[in-house]
Amino acid sequence: MAYSQKVVDKFEETLNNPEKASVGRWKPGDEDFHRVGTGIVGAPACGDVMKLQIKCQNIDGENRIVDARFKTYGCGSAIASSGQLIDMLKGKTLEEAQAISNQEIVDILELPSIKIHCSVLAEEAIHRAIDDFKSLRNND
Amino acid sequence: MKQIYLDYASTTPVEEGVVKKMTDFMSFDGNFGNPASRSHSFGWKADEAVEEARNNLATLIGCDPREIIWTSGATESDNLAIKGAARFYKNKGNHLVTSKIEHKAVLDPFRQLEEEGFEVTYLEPNSSGEISVEQVAEAVTEKTILVSLMHMNNELGTITDIDSIGELTRSKGIIFHVDAAQSIGKISINMSSNKIDLLSISAHKFYGPKGVGALFVRRQPRVRLEPLFHGGGHERGFRSGTLATHQIVGLGEAARIAHQQMDDDLRKLENLRRIFWEEVKDIEEIYVNGDSKNKFPGILNISFNFVEGESLIMALKSIAVSSGSACTSASLEPSYVLRALGRKDELAHSSIRFSFGRYTTEQDVKETALLVKSSVERLREISPLWEMYQDGVDLDKIEWA
Repeated sequence: MAYSQKVVDKFEETLNNPEKASVGRWKPGDEDFHRVGTGIVGAPACGDVMKLQIKCQNIDGENRIVDARFKTYGCGSAIASSGQLIDMLKGKTLEEAQAISNQEIVDILELPSIKIHCSVLAEEAIHRAIDDFKSLRNND
Repeated sequence: MKQIYLDYASTTPVEEGVVKKMTDFMSFDGNFGNPASRSHSFGWKADEAVEEARNNLATLIGCDPREIIWTSGATESDNLAIKGAARFYKNKGNHLVTSKIEHKAVLDPFRQLEEEGFEVTYLEPNSSGEISVEQVAEAVTEKTILVSLMHMNNELGTITDIDSIGELTRSKGIIFHVDAAQSIGKISINMSSNKIDLLSISAHKFYGPKGVGALFVRRQPRVRLEPLFHGGGHERGFRSGTLATHQIVGLGEAARIAHQQMDDDLRKLENLRRIFWEEVKDIEEIYVNGDSKNKFPGILNISFNFVEGESLIMALKSIAVSSGSACTSASLEPSYVLRALGRKDELAHSSIRFSFGRYTTEQDVKETALLVKSSVERLREISPLWEMYQDGVDLDKIEWA
């Protein structure tokens, strides 16, 4: 697979320093878990599973993503796409995060056309995580 | 970065001595003649070299040199054998038998023959990747004219009992073709004692050049084929086209060396496999694909559960290996061979084929094993599936989006 240097760099960055790359999780019982939205997309049989968590905080009346964590099972470009998504999320309002399109990830990482589904998965993951966070709010 | 090559089942480097010999058959100062030229010494000398190569290959596989037809490689040999035999004997019957774990160079010709009206039975291997003589016996009918099975599976290294299957097909008057692209020069085969009718051979799998192969066509009992290429009537009419002298000489020399070195090569590979396996066997949740007793030691196919194969290959960037993962294929489908074993798709996605060869050192396999261990560990650290597995979640019970 002829990946761009950007995919390779992002992949290696994640693998070599997972903590810095925001690999990890918040689990029930953690402080602030009620402010965490989780999105899991993909399937093991398809070779890609992405788990994204966003931690939100109400700042000046708007919910902003203050932190995010992920874990991804998948090919190099799926792992790079998740890492790229994380970089794009922090500090954004939910509305802004909702508007992130897979095409931005494709452009930044220069994904080959056969790997575009990895960026679609990332877009779906943020949508799921936002939905999950909003459903938590409703339960409040 | 120093690269370690562990993809010998894909292709092998050409032996230095073979390269040297090949270059003697190209330029004006060399032996460049057309072996088909009967009117001068240039042709005679080239013909002599081609026949010497034929003798070398015949010695390696234990046949009469006149039973060898030169081709451009195993894909052509498979096509010529399968389509050639089916089309020639079509008046005897229209049923053909092969298996689901054959190479595409065998499966695709069968698909083509289905288009032409033939009926094909695709045998399923057991979970170890084996096709048995009993399965073949059950599948053949009065109308069966051809059975085609591979000698050694390219993804798994499993070896088919071609001697027993040959006895069966001969007793029923059915043509038996064997794709031996992976096995020739690596494990012994004796055409004078087995009952195989057609055998496909590729040079680049045993340290010869790419672009040349051969088809063994038995003379006693005589097997006939409809040729694919029509033209000057070379190779007794089976395969027209000027012989690629330098390629054929390369194949012949590689065959001569393989004949001498086979036992040493095999012993060495067994040792490498043992060393590698000792290092990796304790990794949690790994599965050997094609775990058969009858297996070539140079190929080891392992699924590392919860880690996707392509990402593992990227993590092992100083090691050249291949994967059954969909992500490394153009089709985005995981290996059909692993699926045919009944492996779950996720295990097919997680598979890596390590294949060792003549130039692999103990140091190579030790370094690789260490890197595999640490890479699997690191990739599992970022895998949500590993996290769920560690939490005791049954992944089969989750409804995936």
